[in-house]
Amino acid sequence: MALLNDHLLSVLIWFPVVGGILVLASCDDRRAGRARWTAVAVSVATFLLSIPLWSRFDRTSAEMQFVERIPWIERFQIEYFLGVDGISVPLVLLTTLLTMVVVVAGWRVVQARVAQYFAAFLIMEGLMIGVFCALDGILFYLFWEAMLIPMFLIIGVWGGPNRVYAAIKFFLYTLLGSLLMLVALLYLSRAAGGSFDLLFFHHLPLSAGVQTLVFLAFFAAFAVKIPMVPVHTWLPDAHVEAPTGGSVILAAITLKMGAYGFLRIAMPIAPDAAHQIAPIIIGLSLLAVVYIALVALVQQDMKKLIAYSSISHMGFVTLGFFVFETRAMEGAIVQMISHGFISGALFLCVGVLYDRLHSREIATYGGVIKVMPVFAFFIVFFAMANAGLPGTSGFVGEFLVILGTFSVNGWYAAVAALTLIVGAAYTLWMVKRVVFGPIQNPQVAEMEDLDRREFGMLLFVAAGVLLIGVWPAPLLEIMAASVDQLLAHVAVSKL
Amino acid sequence: MNRELLYLLVPLSCLVAALLAGFLGSRIGRVNAHRSAIGGVGLAFVLSCLIASDVFSGNHFNGSVYTWAVSGGTRFEIGFLIDPLSAVMMVVVTFVSLMVHIYTIGYMADDPGYTRFFSYIALFTFAMLMLVMSNNFLQLFFGWEGVGLVSYLLIGFWNERESAIRANLKAFLVNRVGDFGFILGIGAVLALFGSLDYQTVFDAAPSFADGTFTGPFGSEWHWMTLICLLLFVGAMGKSAQVPLHVWLPDSMEGPTPISALIHAATMVTAGIFLVARMSPLFELSTTALAVVLLIGALTTLLMAFVALVQTDIKRVVAYSTLSQLGYMTVALGASAYSAAIFHLATHAFFKALLFLAAGSVIIAMHHEQDMRRMGGLRKLMPVTYITCVIGSLALAGIPPFAGFFSKDAIIEAVHHSSTPGAGFAYVAVMIGVVLTAFYSFRLVFMAFHGEERMDAKTRSHLHEPPRVVTIPLVALAVPSILAGLILVDPVMDGSLFGNSVVVSAGPEGLGMTAAGMLAHAPYSAPFWLALTGILLAWVCYSWKPGLPASAAERWPRLYRLLMNKYGFDEFYHWVFADGARGLGHFFWEWGDRRLIDGWMVNGIAGAVGRAAGLVRRIQSGLVYHYAFAMIIGLVGLMSWFLFARGN
Repeated sequence: MALLNDHLLSVLIWFPVVGGILVLASCDDRRAGRARWTAVAVSVATFLLSIPLWSRFDRTSAEMQFVERIPWIERFQIEYFLGVDGISVPLVLLTTLLTMVVVVAGWRVVQARVAQYFAAFLIMEGLMIGVFCALDGILFYLFWEAMLIPMFLIIGVWGGPNRVYAAIKFFLYTLLGSLLMLVALLYLSRAAGGSFDLLFFHHLPLSAGVQTLVFLAFFAAFAVKIPMVPVHTWLPDAHVEAPTGGSVILAAITLKMGAYGFLRIAMPIAPDAAHQIAPIIIGLSLLAVVYIALVALVQQDMKKLIAYSSISHMGFVTLGFFVFETRAMEGAIVQMISHGFISGALFLCVGVLYDRLHSREIATYGGVIKVMPVFAFFIVFFAMANAGLPGTSGFVGEFLVILGTFSVNGWYAAVAALTLIVGAAYTLWMVKRVVFGPIQNPQVAEMEDLDRREFGMLLFVAAGVLLIGVWPAPLLEIMAASVDQLLAHVAVSKL
Repeated sequence: MNRELLYLLVPLSCLVAALLAGFLGSRIGRVNAHRSAIGGVGLAFVLSCLIASDVFSGNHFNGSVYTWAVSGGTRFEIGFLIDPLSAVMMVVVTFVSLMVHIYTIGYMADDPGYTRFFSYIALFTFAMLMLVMSNNFLQLFFGWEGVGLVSYLLIGFWNERESAIRANLKAFLVNRVGDFGFILGIGAVLALFGSLDYQTVFDAAPSFADGTFTGPFGSEWHWMTLICLLLFVGAMGKSAQVPLHVWLPDSMEGPTPISALIHAATMVTAGIFLVARMSPLFELSTTALAVVLLIGALTTLLMAFVALVQTDIKRVVAYSTLSQLGYMTVALGASAYSAAIFHLATHAFFKALLFLAAGSVIIAMHHEQDMRRMGGLRKLMPVTYITCVIGSLALAGIPPFAGFFSKDAIIEAVHHSSTPGAGFAYVAVMIGVVLTAFYSFRLVFMAFHGEERMDAKTRSHLHEPPRVVTIPLVALAVPSILAGLILVDPVMDGSLFGNSVVVSAGPEGLGMTAAGMLAHAPYSAPFWLALTGILLAWVCYSWKPGLPASAAERWPRLYRLLMNKYGFDEFYHWVFADGARGLGHFFWEWGDRRLIDGWMVNGIAGAVGRAAGLVRRIQSGLVYHYAFAMIIGLVGLMSWFLFARGN
């Protein structure tokens, strides 16, 4: 029990990694059943272990909690330094929740190299939690880069026909960005006298020129990950080729790492540069909301459409961050969580269709509601959530970001609010062509409705979407102190 | 019983009913599904009546149920404001909804989506109640979008029809255009007042009345004007005001009961309700009121003309709804909020009645909606005929039917209004009176009088629909006759709405009474205009049936303009639907694929590849190349040592 009390974060990181290695050890497709059940057990256990993070978190404090700090590579002053605040806790929980869903989603679909598939997800889960908990620069960087490997494999091994192009594009794109981040971290460490303590970096005095360079280096890493226009084109390709589970994790959690990086690293370390570059970032965010939404409108491939929708919704997140307003920033964080659920669910829905007809083309379908009414209910629900219907989580983030932005600049808010129209347009137009209408394709008439497994996983995610939509207060409460502190910190100039 | 619990029970009973019918419909069966839906909505109606009587004896309520979220110092609450305005709305909504529920048993009897339909209309009632009972902008927006969602689901109820799923997408998106303005309006309210609670905002509003900001091109803007105009854009979407009206006629693709409930009696009045609720804000901006007045007058006039040429029985009623919503908007613009809500209430009764009567004709005719193939139905369907005539008389504003009082109140208020543009609006509503009477009785004469134009097979099956259909007709006919007479005095002396709407220039000061209005009617212009309209309809569609066709031939351009509904649909389709898709294709092809991927990403990859190819040539693998390079390097280094270091 002491282990759980004092080393909860370590447990959350390494338990799924070890579990993944155990699953790998049973690597034999003849024993696929055992691999599946072990994976489920590990992911559920990880989720249960993450609950104390929520229940025992002190909401009145903006300090790092559940801190673990021991020297690691003393020669370079690199520490094993973990801790969470109100911004990272929801993200860790999102990770543990969705990993369970993804494991269930891959249950029957993956028939080749089953153990490796589940192991990749479990190991990735641990590494992603690591990203959200690491407070040492090098530790953060290691987790950040290491999680690329299982994702690269997931796309490259279990992906679609063009998977190699997509996997390499994904890998190079993100690697290029993160190398600049490493340079910035090394520079900061020299300026800080050798330490890689991120929290110490927050209080490091830096000149305006240095701040700009450091910020731009981090910006390169995070903007690619989010992704922001114009470095977004890896995402649609990666999604199209990735298996369903890969798409879910990619959209739901990987993208959030970029946004998280802004909050934890780039903004507090270089606040003056953040303010200086904010207009550009806001411009790019609004471009994402409008430009990408129009591009999403004309997609023929459902996964591409949802991928573009993700980019558009992440535009709201960066907009919310860089207007430096409490409601907008809290809304942006809610949007991160909500988008995790909704985009994940939409990819699951596409996966359900793909498993049946092996097509992601919108034109293949039509009239699905006739044969799959239960499925139709879910996809319409998630589509409405994606369009920001009140009562679903999709509304909360958009609403708060628009409201918060309005009090800063009405024009920004007006452009952002266009998403009400265009977001609904591309989502519901897809629903119209896939779900409604007469059945054109005889294969569609043969499709069977959701089985219990699929029903369960969609219901689970739907419950989350609804809960956050109807009662977002607890989510906002847990992040309030940390957001206040962050904004207060960023408001003070380092010059 | 605890009042708060009672209030909570009103929407929740509908929600529970909707969930029961929706999720357990296939398990509990059709009968239990409609029983639960009707039970839930019936309970809501009874409670609404109790609450209304409680409110009118002076017990108002304003309080929150739970805190939705706290962010940046702003508390977002879910709560109720129960005052005369919301009480009237609750009674109207639940009553019409209940009638429609009962009617649906007959209308949808053969439909495979029976339980789903009940689930939707109960859910609609829930969302509408949340909207009207709200005490803050957040919940208002929740109900607002909720009714939009259900409207989307119901217009596309027959989801195999291409026209239906096209119409529901259109309805949702046009409404979203309105919501775009609405959410920005809410943003402006929060930015200015720091709260979304009605009472807080209304109390603080007067002190912000003169607050201005600098808009584009250095123009000076009042905050209140901005807020009211943005909120009104939302109202224009829901209440289908020109130019955001295009979705309402198409929404007739849905089953008729929902046309009655959602697209005539309740949801489309949400915008009217919104402006009345916000009357303390609108009163502070003459500019906003003038815009409201102008839009309302335009809608009244333009849509009434289109109604003249429609041949689909439901579309006639739909365009008449648009025109009547215009009347209500005109009243709002003239600051006669109570008259607007009065007309909203009477209109809800007689318009629901007219739609349900049209639906009754449609079932009897086996889903034929073209009036040119009807005729002579009055002998075959007497109950439908009589109730339909009652509805039409009410709509045309003939005393002592309900519409007479509410419409007269509006006309008088506009007449005495000082809002800029009131003169134009007055002319518009007067012309509207003739047109309304004309198209209402055009329907009556075409469908129920004259020769029978249907085919023999349909004729042989024609009969009055069952009681579940006719009882709601009769039940709605009663308030269509009496609601005006009963309500007019309390509306006019201001005792009905009290201070729940602003009373400044409304009909309250005009000293109108039921007796006075009835006595005055024969000497007033609207009365004779209405009679003229009815007479004209009789001439054109009963006495000399060839007249309309020759008129259409005589003025072909005008006729085509009206048949094309002024070309709004084509224009929007061309500019917005095709425009957005074209822009999307352009961005995708030239932005994402060529510029970013082709030029930047793959271009850089190609450049790296080419550079590598060049560098590779150096490594030729031939010893004398390497030896040569070494000698050159050695010579270079030695020279540097000798000359550069030496100095």
